[in-house]
Amino acid sequence: MKGSVIKYERDNIDTDVIIPGTYLKIHDYNELAKHAMEGLDPDFHSKVNEGDFLLAGKNFGCGSSREHAPIALSTCGIKAVLAVSFARIFYRNSVDGAFLLPIEIDEKTYQTISNNDELEINIEKNEIKNISKNETYSMKPFSEIIAKIISAGGLFKYKK
Amino acid sequence: MNITEKILARASGKNTVSPDDVVFAKVDKVMIHDVSGPGVIKVFDKLNTQGIDTSQLHDASKVWVAEDHFVPTAEKISAENIVKLSEFTKKYGIEKHFKYGMGQYGICHTLSHEEALVSPGEVYVGGDSHTNTTGALGAFACGLGHTDVAYVLLNGEIWFKIPETFYFKLNGKLPEHVMAKDFILKIIGDIGTDGGAYNTMQFGGSGIDEMSVESRLTLTNMTTEAGAKNGIIEADEKTLNYLQQRGATNINQIKSDEDAEYAKIFEYEASEIEPIVAKPFSPENITPVRDVSSIELDKAYIGSCTGAKYEDLLAAAKILKGKQVKIRTEVLPAAISIYKRAMQEGLLQIFIDAGAMVGPPTCGACCGAHMGVLAKDEICISTTNRNFPGRMGHIDSQTYLASPLVAAASAVTGKITDPRDLN
Repeated sequence: MKGSVIKYERDNIDTDVIIPGTYLKIHDYNELAKHAMEGLDPDFHSKVNEGDFLLAGKNFGCGSSREHAPIALSTCGIKAVLAVSFARIFYRNSVDGAFLLPIEIDEKTYQTISNNDELEINIEKNEIKNISKNETYSMKPFSEIIAKIISAGGLFKYKK
Repeated sequence: MNITEKILARASGKNTVSPDDVVFAKVDKVMIHDVSGPGVIKVFDKLNTQGIDTSQLHDASKVWVAEDHFVPTAEKISAENIVKLSEFTKKYGIEKHFKYGMGQYGICHTLSHEEALVSPGEVYVGGDSHTNTTGALGAFACGLGHTDVAYVLLNGEIWFKIPETFYFKLNGKLPEHVMAKDFILKIIGDIGTDGGAYNTMQFGGSGIDEMSVESRLTLTNMTTEAGAKNGIIEADEKTLNYLQQRGATNINQIKSDEDAEYAKIFEYEASEIEPIVAKPFSPENITPVRDVSSIELDKAYIGSCTGAKYEDLLAAAKILKGKQVKIRTEVLPAAISIYKRAMQEGLLQIFIDAGAMVGPPTCGACCGAHMGVLAKDEICISTTNRNFPGRMGHIDSQTYLASPLVAAASAVTGKITDPRDLN
Protein backbone atom coordinates (compact mmCIF):
# COMPACT_ATOMS: atom_id res chain seq x y z
CA MET A 1 0.00 0.00 0.00
CA LYS A 2 1.42 3.32 -1.09
CA GLY A 3 -0.10 6.73 -0.61
CA SER A 4 0.31 10.16 0.85
CA VAL A 5 -0.66 11.35 4.29
CA ILE A 6 -3.42 13.72 5.33
CA LYS A 7 -2.59 14.59 8.90
CA TYR A 8 -4.78 16.11 11.60
CA GLU A 9 -2.89 16.87 14.78
CA ARG A 10 -5.75 16.07 17.04
CA ASP A 11 -6.87 13.47 19.56
CA ASN A 12 -10.44 12.21 19.98
CA ILE A 13 -11.58 12.82 16.40
CA ASP A 14 -15.13 11.63 16.91
CA THR A 15 -17.76 10.25 14.59
CA ASP A 16 -19.76 13.50 14.69
CA VAL A 17 -16.73 15.16 13.08
CA ILE A 18 -16.06 12.29 10.65
CA ILE A 19 -19.68 12.29 9.43
CA PRO A 20 -22.12 14.66 11.18
CA GLY A 21 -25.38 13.26 12.55
CA THR A 22 -27.58 14.98 10.03
CA TYR A 23 -26.20 12.65 7.32
CA LEU A 24 -27.01 9.43 9.18
CA LYS A 25 -30.19 9.09 7.15
CA ILE A 26 -28.05 8.77 3.99
CA HIS A 27 -26.93 5.32 2.89
CA ASP A 28 -25.58 6.21 -0.56
CA TYR A 29 -21.82 5.74 -0.14
CA ASN A 30 -20.85 8.39 -2.70
CA GLU A 31 -23.10 10.94 -1.08
CA LEU A 32 -21.62 10.16 2.36
CA ALA A 33 -18.11 10.57 0.96
CA LYS A 34 -18.86 14.19 0.06
CA HIS A 35 -19.37 14.95 3.75
CA ALA A 36 -16.43 13.00 5.19
CA MET A 37 -14.56 14.91 7.91
CA GLU A 38 -16.93 17.82 7.36
CA GLY A 39 -16.83 18.73 11.04
CA LEU A 40 -13.10 19.38 10.88
CA ASP A 41 -12.21 20.02 7.27
CA PRO A 42 -15.05 20.62 4.81
CA ASP A 43 -12.56 20.38 1.88
CA PHE A 44 -11.39 16.91 2.91
CA HIS A 45 -13.29 15.17 0.13
CA SER A 46 -11.51 17.14 -2.59
CA LYS A 47 -8.07 16.70 -0.96
CA VAL A 48 -8.05 12.91 -0.91
CA ASN A 49 -6.54 10.83 -3.67
CA GLU A 50 -7.34 7.13 -3.97
CA GLY A 51 -5.02 5.20 -1.68
CA ASP A 52 -4.22 8.03 0.73
CA PHE A 53 -3.77 7.60 4.47
CA LEU A 54 -5.34 9.61 7.25
CA LEU A 55 -3.12 10.28 10.28
CA ALA A 56 -4.40 11.40 13.70
CA GLY A 57 -3.76 11.14 17.45
CA LYS A 58 -5.41 8.97 20.05
CA ASN A 59 -8.97 7.62 20.34
CA PHE A 60 -9.79 8.10 16.65
CA GLY A 61 -13.44 7.41 15.82
CA CYS A 62 -14.84 7.75 19.32
CA GLY A 63 -18.55 8.34 19.72
CA SER A 64 -21.25 6.59 17.80
CA SER A 65 -21.51 3.19 16.14
CA ARG A 66 -22.28 4.71 12.75
CA GLU A 67 -20.66 2.60 10.06
CA HIS A 68 -21.09 5.72 7.93
CA ALA A 69 -17.74 6.85 9.38
CA PRO A 70 -15.41 4.24 7.85
CA ILE A 71 -17.69 4.10 4.78
CA ALA A 72 -17.35 7.86 4.14
CA LEU A 73 -13.57 7.77 4.59
CA SER A 74 -13.00 4.68 2.45
CA THR A 75 -15.33 5.87 -0.31
CA CYS A 76 -13.23 9.05 -0.49
CA GLY A 77 -10.23 6.85 -1.15
CA ILE A 78 -8.67 6.46 2.30
CA LYS A 79 -7.07 3.01 2.51
CA ALA A 80 -5.86 3.18 6.10
CA VAL A 81 -6.18 5.38 9.14
CA LEU A 82 -2.99 5.63 11.19
CA ALA A 83 -3.65 6.67 14.76
CA VAL A 84 -2.15 6.35 18.23
CA SER A 85 -5.33 4.53 19.30
CA PHE A 86 -8.84 3.82 18.06
CA ALA A 87 -12.30 3.73 19.60
CA ARG A 88 -13.61 0.19 19.55
CA ILE A 89 -16.68 0.38 17.30
CA PHE A 90 -14.90 2.41 14.61
CA TYR A 91 -12.06 -0.12 14.74
CA ARG A 92 -14.24 -3.18 14.33
CA ASN A 93 -16.49 -1.54 11.74
CA SER A 94 -13.42 -0.74 9.64
CA VAL A 95 -12.18 -4.33 9.81
CA ASP A 96 -15.40 -6.37 9.80
CA GLY A 97 -16.84 -4.35 6.92
CA ALA A 98 -13.43 -4.37 5.13
CA PHE A 99 -13.59 -0.63 4.56
CA LEU A 100 -10.11 0.42 5.60
CA LEU A 101 -7.20 -0.63 7.81
CA PRO A 102 -7.01 0.87 11.29
CA ILE A 103 -3.28 0.95 12.00
CA GLU A 104 -2.01 1.74 15.47
CA ILE A 105 1.28 3.59 15.71
CA ASP A 106 3.19 4.95 18.66
CA GLU A 107 3.15 8.59 19.72
CA LYS A 108 6.63 9.24 18.32
CA THR A 109 5.75 7.91 14.88
CA TYR A 110 2.61 10.05 14.91
CA GLN A 111 4.69 13.13 15.72
CA THR A 112 7.35 12.27 13.12
CA ILE A 113 5.14 11.73 10.07
CA SER A 114 4.19 15.00 8.36
CA ASN A 115 1.27 16.03 6.24
CA ASN A 116 1.78 15.00 2.59
CA ASP A 117 4.55 12.49 3.39
CA GLU A 118 4.57 9.54 1.01
CA LEU A 119 4.27 6.24 2.86
CA GLU A 120 4.51 2.60 1.92
CA ILE A 121 2.81 0.28 4.40
CA ASN A 122 3.56 -3.42 4.61
CA ILE A 123 1.15 -5.13 7.00
CA GLU A 124 2.89 -8.52 6.65
CA LYS A 125 6.05 -6.99 8.06
CA ASN A 126 4.25 -4.50 10.34
CA GLU A 127 6.35 -1.84 8.68
CA ILE A 128 5.73 1.71 7.56
CA LYS A 129 8.28 3.18 5.16
CA ASN A 130 8.33 6.97 4.91
CA ILE A 131 9.54 7.56 1.35
CA SER A 132 9.61 11.35 1.76
CA LYS A 133 11.78 11.24 4.87
CA ASN A 134 13.61 8.00 4.08
CA GLU A 135 12.68 6.53 7.46
CA THR A 136 11.04 3.30 8.59
CA TYR A 137 8.70 2.82 11.54
CA SER A 138 6.95 -0.16 13.01
CA MET A 139 3.20 -0.44 13.42
CA LYS A 140 1.45 -2.35 16.19
CA PRO A 141 0.73 -5.84 14.84
CA PHE A 142 -2.93 -6.75 14.42
CA SER A 143 -4.28 -9.24 16.94
CA GLU A 144 -4.82 -12.76 15.61
CA ILE A 145 -8.56 -12.44 14.97
CA ILE A 146 -8.19 -9.02 13.35
CA ALA A 147 -5.37 -10.25 11.09
CA LYS A 148 -7.51 -13.19 9.99
CA ILE A 149 -10.57 -11.04 9.24
CA ILE A 150 -8.44 -8.55 7.31
CA SER A 151 -6.77 -11.22 5.25
CA ALA A 152 -10.15 -12.84 4.48
CA GLY A 153 -11.58 -9.50 3.36
CA GLY A 154 -14.10 -8.86 6.12
CA LEU A 155 -16.14 -10.77 8.70
CA PHE A 156 -18.52 -12.45 6.27
CA LYS A 157 -15.67 -13.84 4.18
CA TYR A 158 -13.73 -14.89 7.29
CA LYS A 159 -16.54 -17.01 8.68
CA LYS A 160 -18.95 -18.13 6.03
CA MET B 1 -15.32 -14.90 36.78
CA ASN B 2 -17.10 -11.57 36.97
CA ILE B 3 -20.60 -11.10 35.58
CA THR B 4 -19.51 -10.06 32.07
CA GLU B 5 -17.14 -13.02 31.80
CA LYS B 6 -19.84 -15.40 33.05
CA ILE B 7 -22.38 -14.16 30.52
CA LEU B 8 -19.92 -14.38 27.63
CA ALA B 9 -18.66 -17.80 28.75
CA ARG B 10 -22.21 -19.15 28.87
CA ALA B 11 -23.01 -17.61 25.48
CA SER B 12 -19.93 -19.07 23.84
CA GLY B 13 -20.34 -22.53 25.36
CA LYS B 14 -17.19 -22.35 27.48
CA ASN B 15 -16.68 -23.22 31.13
CA THR B 16 -14.41 -20.30 31.65
CA VAL B 17 -13.08 -17.26 29.80
CA SER B 18 -10.38 -14.71 30.59
CA PRO B 19 -9.64 -11.21 29.31
CA ASP B 20 -8.22 -11.19 25.75
CA ASP B 21 -9.78 -14.56 24.82
CA VAL B 22 -11.68 -14.27 21.55
CA VAL B 23 -15.06 -15.98 21.49
CA PHE B 24 -18.02 -16.26 19.18
CA ALA B 25 -20.96 -15.55 21.50
CA LYS B 26 -24.54 -16.55 20.80
CA VAL B 27 -26.74 -13.48 20.86
CA ASP B 28 -30.07 -13.46 22.70
CA LYS B 29 -31.47 -10.11 21.50
CA VAL B 30 -30.74 -7.82 18.56
CA MET B 31 -31.93 -4.27 17.93
CA ILE B 32 -31.90 -2.08 14.84
CA HIS B 33 -33.39 1.37 14.29
CA ASP B 34 -34.08 3.82 11.49
CA VAL B 35 -30.38 4.59 11.04
CA SER B 36 -28.76 1.20 11.54
CA GLY B 37 -31.68 -0.70 9.93
CA PRO B 38 -31.27 0.85 6.49
CA GLY B 39 -27.51 0.40 6.97
CA VAL B 40 -28.06 -3.32 7.56
CA ILE B 41 -30.33 -3.49 4.51
CA LYS B 42 -27.49 -1.99 2.48
CA VAL B 43 -25.12 -4.68 3.82
CA PHE B 44 -27.68 -7.38 2.89
CA ASP B 45 -27.85 -5.94 -0.65
CA LYS B 46 -24.07 -6.13 -0.90
CA LEU B 47 -24.04 -9.71 0.43
CA ASN B 48 -26.59 -10.73 -2.19
CA THR B 49 -24.23 -9.60 -4.95
CA GLN B 50 -21.54 -11.79 -3.33
CA GLY B 51 -23.82 -14.83 -3.38
CA ILE B 52 -24.41 -14.88 0.40
CA ASP B 53 -27.94 -15.96 1.30
CA THR B 54 -29.94 -13.32 3.13
CA SER B 55 -33.36 -14.83 2.51
CA GLN B 56 -33.99 -15.55 6.17
CA LEU B 57 -32.80 -14.43 9.54
CA HIS B 58 -31.26 -16.73 12.11
CA ASP B 59 -34.16 -16.07 14.50
CA ALA B 60 -36.61 -13.23 13.85
CA SER B 61 -38.11 -13.63 17.33
CA LYS B 62 -34.89 -12.31 18.87
CA VAL B 63 -35.00 -9.12 16.84
CA TRP B 64 -36.76 -5.86 17.59
CA VAL B 65 -36.90 -2.62 15.69
CA ALA B 66 -37.24 0.98 16.85
CA GLU B 67 -37.94 4.19 14.98
CA ASP B 68 -36.25 6.99 16.84
CA HIS B 69 -33.53 9.05 15.19
CA PHE B 70 -35.37 10.86 12.41
CA VAL B 71 -38.97 10.52 13.57
CA PRO B 72 -41.50 11.95 13.15
CA THR B 73 -39.94 11.72 9.71
CA ALA B 74 -37.81 14.80 9.22
CA GLU B 75 -37.83 14.93 5.40
CA LYS B 76 -38.05 12.67 2.36
CA ILE B 77 -34.99 10.50 2.94
CA SER B 78 -35.91 9.69 6.53
CA ALA B 79 -39.47 8.92 5.45
CA GLU B 80 -38.10 6.49 2.88
CA ASN B 81 -35.93 4.88 5.56
CA ILE B 82 -39.02 4.28 7.70
CA VAL B 83 -40.76 2.65 4.74
CA LYS B 84 -37.68 0.47 4.18
CA LEU B 85 -37.80 -0.63 7.82
CA SER B 86 -41.43 -1.68 7.50
CA GLU B 87 -40.65 -3.65 4.35
CA PHE B 88 -37.76 -5.31 6.15
CA THR B 89 -39.75 -6.37 9.21
CA LYS B 90 -42.58 -7.65 7.01
CA LYS B 91 -40.23 -9.62 4.76
CA TYR B 92 -38.43 -11.32 7.65
CA GLY B 93 -41.40 -11.76 9.98
CA ILE B 94 -40.09 -9.48 12.75
CA GLU B 95 -43.05 -8.88 15.03
CA LYS B 96 -41.51 -6.50 17.53
CA HIS B 97 -41.47 -3.35 15.42
CA PHE B 98 -42.21 -0.26 17.50
CA LYS B 99 -43.65 2.06 14.87
CA TYR B 100 -44.00 5.68 15.78
CA GLY B 101 -47.60 6.76 16.01
CA MET B 102 -48.74 3.15 16.48
CA GLY B 103 -48.91 2.19 20.14
CA GLN B 104 -45.69 2.06 22.13
CA TYR B 105 -42.70 3.81 20.51
CA GLY B 106 -39.67 5.81 21.51
CA ILE B 107 -35.91 5.77 21.72
CA CYS B 108 -34.53 2.26 21.21
CA HIS B 109 -32.58 2.12 24.50
CA THR B 110 -35.55 3.40 26.45
CA LEU B 111 -37.81 0.76 24.90
CA SER B 112 -35.28 -1.92 25.87
CA HIS B 113 -36.09 -1.30 29.54
CA GLU B 114 -39.60 0.18 29.35
CA GLU B 115 -40.77 -2.91 27.47
CA ALA B 116 -38.50 -5.35 29.37
CA LEU B 117 -37.08 -6.54 26.05
CA VAL B 118 -33.81 -7.68 27.59
CA SER B 119 -33.32 -9.85 30.69
CA PRO B 120 -30.44 -10.20 33.14
CA GLY B 121 -27.73 -12.57 31.90
CA GLU B 122 -28.56 -12.16 28.21
CA VAL B 123 -26.25 -11.10 25.39
CA TYR B 124 -27.86 -8.13 23.69
CA VAL B 125 -26.38 -6.26 20.75
CA GLY B 126 -27.77 -3.25 18.95
CA GLY B 127 -26.94 -1.11 15.99
CA ASP B 128 -26.30 1.90 18.18
CA SER B 129 -23.42 2.86 20.44
CA HIS B 130 -25.64 3.56 23.44
CA THR B 131 -26.81 -0.06 23.49
CA ASN B 132 -24.56 -0.15 26.60
CA THR B 133 -27.52 1.42 28.44
CA THR B 134 -29.35 -1.85 28.87
CA GLY B 135 -26.45 -3.38 30.82
CA ALA B 136 -28.00 -1.75 33.91
CA LEU B 137 -30.47 -4.66 33.86
CA GLY B 138 -27.62 -7.14 34.39
CA ALA B 139 -27.21 -8.09 30.73
CA PHE B 140 -24.16 -7.91 28.46
CA ALA B 141 -25.26 -5.06 26.19
CA CYS B 142 -22.97 -3.80 23.45
CA GLY B 143 -23.23 -1.52 20.43
CA LEU B 144 -22.13 -2.67 16.98
CA GLY B 145 -22.03 -1.34 13.42
CA HIS B 146 -24.13 -2.37 10.42
CA THR B 147 -21.91 -5.20 9.16
CA ASP B 148 -21.67 -6.80 12.60
CA VAL B 149 -25.41 -6.49 13.21
CA ALA B 150 -26.10 -7.96 9.76
CA TYR B 151 -23.82 -10.84 10.72
CA VAL B 152 -25.72 -11.38 13.98
CA LEU B 153 -29.09 -11.26 12.19
CA LEU B 154 -27.98 -13.97 9.76
CA ASN B 155 -25.84 -16.13 12.05
CA GLY B 156 -27.09 -15.55 15.60
CA GLU B 157 -23.60 -14.98 16.95
CA ILE B 158 -20.70 -12.53 16.84
CA TRP B 159 -17.07 -12.38 17.93
CA PHE B 160 -15.95 -10.58 21.06
CA LYS B 161 -12.63 -10.19 22.73
CA ILE B 162 -13.28 -10.79 26.44
CA PRO B 163 -12.84 -7.37 28.04
CA GLU B 164 -11.07 -6.48 31.23
CA THR B 165 -13.45 -5.07 33.83
CA PHE B 166 -13.13 -1.79 35.68
CA TYR B 167 -15.26 -1.78 38.82
CA PHE B 168 -16.73 1.52 40.00
CA LYS B 169 -17.84 1.37 43.61
CA LEU B 170 -20.12 4.04 44.99
CA ASN B 171 -20.31 4.28 48.77
CA GLY B 172 -23.41 5.87 50.24
CA LYS B 173 -26.41 7.62 48.80
CA LEU B 174 -26.03 10.55 46.40
CA PRO B 175 -26.99 13.87 48.06
CA GLU B 176 -30.15 15.72 47.18
CA HIS B 177 -29.69 17.73 43.95
CA VAL B 178 -27.10 15.24 42.74
CA MET B 179 -28.16 12.69 40.14
CA ALA B 180 -26.64 9.62 38.50
CA LYS B 181 -25.74 11.91 35.59
CA ASP B 182 -23.41 13.90 37.85
CA PHE B 183 -21.73 10.68 38.99
CA ILE B 184 -21.11 9.34 35.48
CA LEU B 185 -19.84 12.74 34.28
CA LYS B 186 -17.46 12.73 37.25
CA ILE B 187 -16.20 9.28 36.26
CA ILE B 188 -15.71 10.26 32.60
CA GLY B 189 -13.90 13.39 33.73
CA ASP B 190 -11.59 11.23 35.84
CA ILE B 191 -10.82 8.48 33.32
CA GLY B 192 -11.31 10.33 30.02
CA THR B 193 -13.23 9.51 26.86
CA ASP B 194 -10.92 6.58 26.21
CA GLY B 195 -10.54 5.64 29.88
CA GLY B 196 -12.81 2.62 29.55
CA ALA B 197 -11.91 1.81 25.95
CA TYR B 198 -12.46 -1.84 24.97
CA ASN B 199 -13.21 -2.65 28.62
CA THR B 200 -16.23 -3.31 30.79
CA MET B 201 -17.37 -0.69 33.27
CA GLN B 202 -19.20 -2.39 36.12
CA PHE B 203 -20.93 -0.46 38.91
CA GLY B 204 -21.67 -1.58 42.43
CA GLY B 205 -21.62 -0.67 46.10
CA SER B 206 -24.18 0.70 48.50
CA GLY B 207 -24.74 3.81 46.37
CA ILE B 208 -25.77 1.66 43.42
CA ASP B 209 -27.98 -0.50 45.64
CA GLU B 210 -29.73 2.69 46.74
CA MET B 211 -30.27 3.86 43.18
CA SER B 212 -33.41 3.34 41.17
CA VAL B 213 -33.18 1.23 38.02
CA GLU B 214 -33.66 4.38 35.93
CA SER B 215 -30.69 6.08 37.60
CA ARG B 216 -28.55 3.01 37.00
CA LEU B 217 -29.50 3.18 33.32
CA THR B 218 -28.02 6.69 33.17
CA LEU B 219 -24.69 5.30 34.39
CA THR B 220 -24.43 2.44 31.91
CA ASN B 221 -25.74 4.67 29.11
CA MET B 222 -22.72 6.93 29.30
CA THR B 223 -20.12 4.18 29.63
CA THR B 224 -20.15 4.62 25.86
CA GLU B 225 -18.66 8.09 26.35
CA ALA B 226 -15.70 6.48 28.13
CA GLY B 227 -15.23 4.10 25.18
CA ALA B 228 -16.38 1.00 27.09
CA LYS B 229 -17.46 -2.19 25.36
CA ASN B 230 -20.25 -2.55 27.90
CA GLY B 231 -21.49 -1.14 31.17
CA ILE B 232 -23.07 -3.53 33.61
CA ILE B 233 -24.81 -3.66 36.98
CA GLU B 234 -25.81 -6.92 38.65
CA ALA B 235 -29.57 -7.36 38.83
CA ASP B 236 -31.14 -7.17 42.28
CA GLU B 237 -34.68 -7.14 43.68
CA LYS B 238 -35.26 -3.67 42.23
CA THR B 239 -34.30 -4.89 38.78
CA LEU B 240 -36.54 -7.93 39.03
CA ASN B 241 -39.50 -5.88 40.24
CA TYR B 242 -38.91 -3.32 37.50
CA LEU B 243 -38.89 -6.00 34.82
CA GLN B 244 -41.82 -7.95 36.26
CA GLN B 245 -43.93 -4.80 36.35
CA ARG B 246 -43.24 -4.57 32.63
CA GLY B 247 -44.30 -8.11 31.89
CA ALA B 248 -41.03 -10.04 32.07
CA THR B 249 -41.17 -13.64 33.27
CA ASN B 250 -38.59 -16.38 33.84
CA ILE B 251 -35.89 -13.95 34.84
CA ASN B 252 -32.51 -15.48 35.60
CA GLN B 253 -29.89 -13.72 37.62
CA ILE B 254 -26.16 -13.94 37.11
CA LYS B 255 -23.80 -12.42 39.63
CA SER B 256 -20.02 -12.19 39.74
CA ASP B 257 -18.27 -15.01 41.61
CA GLU B 258 -16.91 -14.24 45.07
CA ASP B 259 -13.37 -14.42 43.70
CA ALA B 260 -14.12 -12.45 40.51
CA GLU B 261 -11.21 -10.42 39.20
CA TYR B 262 -11.27 -6.78 38.20
CA ALA B 263 -8.49 -5.02 36.33
CA LYS B 264 -9.01 -1.88 38.38
CA ILE B 265 -11.30 -0.73 41.19
CA PHE B 266 -12.37 2.89 41.51
CA GLU B 267 -14.04 3.99 44.72
CA TYR B 268 -16.23 7.06 45.17
CA GLU B 269 -17.92 8.58 48.21
CA ALA B 270 -21.42 9.67 47.21
CA SER B 271 -21.38 12.57 49.68
CA GLU B 272 -18.45 14.15 47.81
CA ILE B 273 -20.17 14.28 44.43
CA GLU B 274 -21.75 17.57 43.42
CA PRO B 275 -23.66 18.89 40.41
CA ILE B 276 -21.37 18.77 37.38
CA VAL B 277 -21.47 19.87 33.77
CA ALA B 278 -19.30 18.74 30.86
CA LYS B 279 -18.24 21.82 28.92
CA PRO B 280 -17.88 21.87 25.16
CA PHE B 281 -16.50 19.93 23.36
CA SER B 282 -16.08 16.67 25.22
CA PRO B 283 -17.94 14.66 27.87
CA GLU B 284 -14.63 14.48 29.80
CA ASN B 285 -14.36 18.26 30.02
CA ILE B 286 -16.11 18.47 33.39
CA THR B 287 -16.38 21.18 35.98
CA PRO B 288 -18.60 21.84 39.02
CA VAL B 289 -21.74 23.70 37.95
CA ARG B 290 -20.92 26.60 40.23
CA ASP B 291 -17.66 27.24 38.34
CA VAL B 292 -19.51 28.12 35.14
CA SER B 293 -22.60 29.82 36.57
CA SER B 294 -21.93 33.00 34.61
CA ILE B 295 -22.45 31.28 31.24
CA GLU B 296 -25.51 32.69 29.49
CA LEU B 297 -27.60 30.15 27.61
CA ASP B 298 -29.84 30.16 24.56
CA LYS B 299 -31.54 26.88 25.14
CA ALA B 300 -32.28 23.99 27.50
CA TYR B 301 -32.86 20.53 26.08
CA ILE B 302 -34.37 17.80 28.27
CA GLY B 303 -34.44 14.72 26.11
CA SER B 304 -32.67 11.54 24.91
CA CYS B 305 -32.14 8.01 26.24
CA THR B 306 -29.79 9.51 28.82
CA GLY B 307 -31.95 12.25 30.28
CA ALA B 308 -35.66 11.88 29.50
CA LYS B 309 -36.75 8.83 31.45
CA TYR B 310 -39.70 9.30 33.81
CA GLU B 311 -37.46 10.03 36.78
CA ASP B 312 -35.56 12.64 34.75
CA LEU B 313 -38.79 14.40 33.85
CA LEU B 314 -39.93 14.25 37.46
CA ALA B 315 -36.69 15.93 38.57
CA ALA B 316 -37.07 18.67 35.96
CA ALA B 317 -40.73 19.19 36.88
CA LYS B 318 -39.87 19.66 40.55
CA ILE B 319 -37.70 22.61 39.55
CA LEU B 320 -40.02 24.03 36.90
CA LYS B 321 -43.23 23.82 38.91
CA GLY B 322 -44.70 27.29 39.22
CA LYS B 323 -41.72 28.90 37.46
CA GLN B 324 -41.19 30.41 34.03
CA VAL B 325 -38.36 29.50 31.68
CA LYS B 326 -36.08 32.31 30.55
CA ILE B 327 -34.70 30.49 27.51
CA ARG B 328 -36.18 28.18 24.91
CA THR B 329 -36.75 24.88 26.67
CA GLU B 330 -37.61 21.60 25.01
CA VAL B 331 -38.82 18.52 26.84
CA LEU B 332 -38.95 15.31 24.81
CA PRO B 333 -39.91 12.22 26.86
CA ALA B 334 -37.86 9.23 25.71
CA ALA B 335 -40.82 6.92 25.03
CA ILE B 336 -44.53 7.39 24.61
CA SER B 337 -45.16 5.26 27.73
CA ILE B 338 -43.13 7.83 29.69
CA TYR B 339 -44.92 10.68 27.94
CA LYS B 340 -48.25 9.18 28.96
CA ARG B 341 -47.23 8.73 32.58
CA ALA B 342 -45.84 12.28 32.66
CA MET B 343 -49.17 13.47 31.29
CA GLN B 344 -51.19 11.50 33.84
CA GLU B 345 -49.01 12.72 36.72
CA GLY B 346 -49.32 16.34 35.63
CA LEU B 347 -45.67 16.82 34.62
CA LEU B 348 -46.45 17.89 31.08
CA GLN B 349 -48.81 20.53 32.45
CA ILE B 350 -45.98 21.85 34.62
CA PHE B 351 -43.62 22.05 31.61
CA ILE B 352 -46.14 23.79 29.41
CA ASP B 353 -47.22 26.18 32.17
CA ALA B 354 -43.52 27.05 32.61
CA GLY B 355 -43.44 27.99 28.94
CA ALA B 356 -41.48 24.97 27.71
CA MET B 357 -42.21 23.01 24.56
CA VAL B 358 -43.15 19.36 24.95
CA GLY B 359 -42.19 17.24 21.96
CA PRO B 360 -42.59 13.64 20.86
CA PRO B 361 -40.20 10.81 21.75
CA THR B 362 -37.23 11.04 19.38
CA CYS B 363 -33.44 11.19 19.38
CA GLY B 364 -34.13 14.56 17.77
CA ALA B 365 -31.54 17.22 18.41
CA CYS B 366 -29.39 15.02 20.66
CA CYS B 367 -27.67 13.74 17.53
CA GLY B 368 -28.22 16.91 15.51
CA ALA B 369 -30.94 15.22 13.48
CA HIS B 370 -33.92 17.56 13.84
CA MET B 371 -36.40 19.05 16.34
CA GLY B 372 -34.34 21.81 17.85
CA VAL B 373 -30.84 21.66 16.37
CA LEU B 374 -28.56 24.53 17.32
CA ALA B 375 -27.52 27.53 15.24
CA LYS B 376 -24.00 28.99 14.99
CA ASP B 377 -22.80 30.23 18.38
CA GLU B 378 -25.91 29.06 20.22
CA ILE B 379 -25.25 27.67 23.68
CA CYS B 380 -27.37 24.84 25.04
CA ILE B 381 -27.58 23.01 28.33
CA SER B 382 -28.65 19.47 27.66
CA THR B 383 -29.47 16.25 29.48
CA THR B 384 -28.01 14.28 26.56
CA ASN B 385 -24.76 12.33 26.35
CA ARG B 386 -22.34 13.96 23.89
CA ASN B 387 -21.11 17.45 23.15
CA PHE B 388 -18.56 16.95 20.41
CA PRO B 389 -18.28 19.78 17.84
CA GLY B 390 -21.48 19.93 15.82
CA ARG B 391 -23.15 17.17 17.80
CA MET B 392 -26.43 19.09 18.28
CA GLY B 393 -26.28 21.24 15.18
CA HIS B 394 -23.90 23.88 13.87
CA ILE B 395 -20.19 23.11 14.22
CA ASP B 396 -19.83 26.37 16.19
CA SER B 397 -22.74 25.70 18.54
CA GLN B 398 -21.93 24.66 22.12
CA THR B 399 -23.49 22.06 24.37
CA TYR B 400 -23.04 21.71 28.12
CA LEU B 401 -24.02 18.25 29.36
CA ALA B 402 -25.89 18.20 32.65
CA SER B 403 -28.41 16.41 34.83
CA PRO B 404 -32.13 17.14 34.39
CA LEU B 405 -32.06 19.11 37.66
CA VAL B 406 -29.25 21.34 36.42
CA ALA B 407 -30.83 21.74 32.97
CA ALA B 408 -34.18 22.73 34.50
CA ALA B 409 -32.60 25.14 37.01
CA SER B 410 -30.65 26.72 34.16
CA ALA B 411 -33.83 27.03 32.08
CA VAL B 412 -35.34 29.09 34.88
CA THR B 413 -32.43 31.53 35.20
CA GLY B 414 -31.13 31.54 31.61
CA LYS B 415 -27.64 30.87 32.97
CA ILE B 416 -25.93 27.66 34.00
CA THR B 417 -27.31 27.12 37.46
CA ASP B 418 -26.67 24.75 40.33
CA PRO B 419 -30.09 23.60 41.57
CA ARG B 420 -28.90 24.29 45.14
CA ASP B 421 -28.64 27.99 44.25
CA LEU B 422 -32.15 28.35 42.87
CA ASN B 423 -34.49 30.32 45.11
